[in-house]
Amino acid sequence: MGHRTDSGGPRSRSGPRAVLAYLIRRLFAAAVMLVVIIVVVFCIFFLVPKWAGVDPALSFVGKQADPAAVEAIRVKLGLGDPIYSQVWEFFKGIFTGRTYAAGGDVTHCSAPCFGYSFRSEQAIWPVLTDRLPVTLSLALGAAVLWLLFGVSAGVLSALKRGSLWDRGAMVIALAGVSLPIYFTGLLSLAIFSYGLGWIDAQYVPIEQSFTGWLGGMILPWITLAFLYAAMYARITRATMLEILGEDYIRTARAKGLKEQTVIGKHAMRSTMTPILTMLGMDLGALIGGAILTETTFSLPGLGQAVLNGIKNQDLPIILGVTLITSLAVLLANLVVDVLYAVIDPRVRLS
Amino acid sequence: MTAPLHEPTAETAPSAAEEAALAGAEAKAVQGRSLGRIAWERLKRDRLALAGGMVVVLLVLVAMFAPLIAGQDPDAYHENLIDPLFGTPKGSLGGVSADHYFGVEPVSGRDIFARIVYGARISLLVGFLSALVAVVLGTVLGILAGFFGGWVDSAVSRVMDGLLAFPQLLFIIALVSVMPNQMLGLTGTGVRLFVMILVIGFFGWPYIGRVVRGQTLSLREREYVEAARSLGAGRLYILFKELLPNLVAPIIVYTTMMIPTNILTEAALSFLGVGVKPPTSSWGQMLSAAIDYYDSDPMYMVVPGLAIFITVLAFNLFGDGVRDALDPKGSR
Repeated sequence: MGHRTDSGGPRSRSGPRAVLAYLIRRLFAAAVMLVVIIVVVFCIFFLVPKWAGVDPALSFVGKQADPAAVEAIRVKLGLGDPIYSQVWEFFKGIFTGRTYAAGGDVTHCSAPCFGYSFRSEQAIWPVLTDRLPVTLSLALGAAVLWLLFGVSAGVLSALKRGSLWDRGAMVIALAGVSLPIYFTGLLSLAIFSYGLGWIDAQYVPIEQSFTGWLGGMILPWITLAFLYAAMYARITRATMLEILGEDYIRTARAKGLKEQTVIGKHAMRSTMTPILTMLGMDLGALIGGAILTETTFSLPGLGQAVLNGIKNQDLPIILGVTLITSLAVLLANLVVDVLYAVIDPRVRLS
Repeated sequence: MTAPLHEPTAETAPSAAEEAALAGAEAKAVQGRSLGRIAWERLKRDRLALAGGMVVVLLVLVAMFAPLIAGQDPDAYHENLIDPLFGTPKGSLGGVSADHYFGVEPVSGRDIFARIVYGARISLLVGFLSALVAVVLGTVLGILAGFFGGWVDSAVSRVMDGLLAFPQLLFIIALVSVMPNQMLGLTGTGVRLFVMILVIGFFGWPYIGRVVRGQTLSLREREYVEAARSLGAGRLYILFKELLPNLVAPIIVYTTMMIPTNILTEAALSFLGVGVKPPTSSWGQMLSAAIDYYDSDPMYMVVPGLAIFITVLAFNLFGDGVRDALDPKGSR
């Protein structure tokens, strides 16, 4: 096996109990983080408008509402309550459902209750479950592409450092990280959809038509993957070069190992750790809404939902998407950290 | 060389010459070169980085002298140049002419060149100032965390971890869009600019803070800091005279890498409609307006897109060069 650091501390303590304790600690930290994020969102959308003199109840009812209706909504949705009790009601609603009541007007919202949109008065939970698959398929499809192309381009560049391939790949990668995604998206639409007419870039749900869905997703996938592949190729190349200069690689070569083994087993293992960290963060962030990509290609995903929510000051939808995003980021990071320990024996679960 | 009197062997002569050469080399080496000087000499040889740097300087000049360079009002309508039936510019390539180098916008007929030139102001202003906010916050908090350790360190580190795990773009959009139209004596675009700079800078500081903290942690245990301490140097002296000069290189590197990211963020915000308010022109906003014309007037989308691309590429090239120049290992 590979290598261990020689720091004087206790040797690896990664027994099953340690893993469990670690997982529990991490899950607890993630839960705390979620609560913090929700509180911050509440503060942004309740305290800042209040400070600016905008009434959330008024924004629910509409500009020309009579004061009695505004007051009724304020009572029904609990918008007059202090922030902490609103946050508490929100969390309780997710697990136990929630009943809104004001006078004789009662609305019940069952178990995963994320409230109702201020604008369309739709329940939020079905909106989220409708839109999550779109964003999820966008993010996962692109991730497969960018890992495949980005990482292999980076590894090849590092191995053939200074070659024509290396230079070419790095020039493309540098251009890739400098191009805004909405520009490459528009360009690809103009060329492949309008100019050449190869692809009908309309989003079609997968239940309706698989080929239609594939046609609608292919340009977003490639556009998104191009940006990330460029980033990953740059990082992979730099990491790989650094690792190839390490002592343990020299030792492995000196032991007479085949170059394939040295690269494939020893160098790749260490190269993958930072890549995995990035993947965790990027995937998490994308699942929470590839806002720019979805806007460019008019994909009805979470990103578009939250953008509309923000423009309309529709707090419940923003809260719902933010919660999902944060959950995705935290979960992805958790998975990555556990994988980390599996890949890299130097990492101790502490 | 004078002829030796005794035993003139073939060996002594060249060795004397070698010694002379060595002495010469040593005399040169004794002059010593500062890190900045070494970095500058490396940077001078990096043609790509220099080209990037020159484009950056050019862009700054364009932004500074925008009224002179644009030569016309970016908000002036030229409806006579628009095809009344389709709303697209008359003539080829989006209405390119001697008066309008990059053509005119669909419907309104505003000059695209002038709007691009004025848009450079917004991009660079937000890019530089938000990086400044991030650098100041990141350096101060990073040094404090690394130097004092203990609860200061854990508090700062927790906040940094938290901010990095935040869905950033979402929060930037949210914060910018809920800000009121008037505050602190600013209105409209002024408020948006101010808020964008603060918010982008605020989400950027952990990237610098992490690096500064790590460097400080390792530097504060070095012998020269120990020596200063044993000579009776105070904390402030050690912070400013011993640590800060050694942190300058990583701070410069991360700052140059952060500016293009911030420019992209500003463009993205404007693209999403939460950036500067119209009629102030910004590249992101022009691109978002161009979505509706990508088939009928592709020129309208290509120009602002290329402006963003060239700017960010130039900063990236320059940033890569600076990083390589300041890297003590001098690999890559």
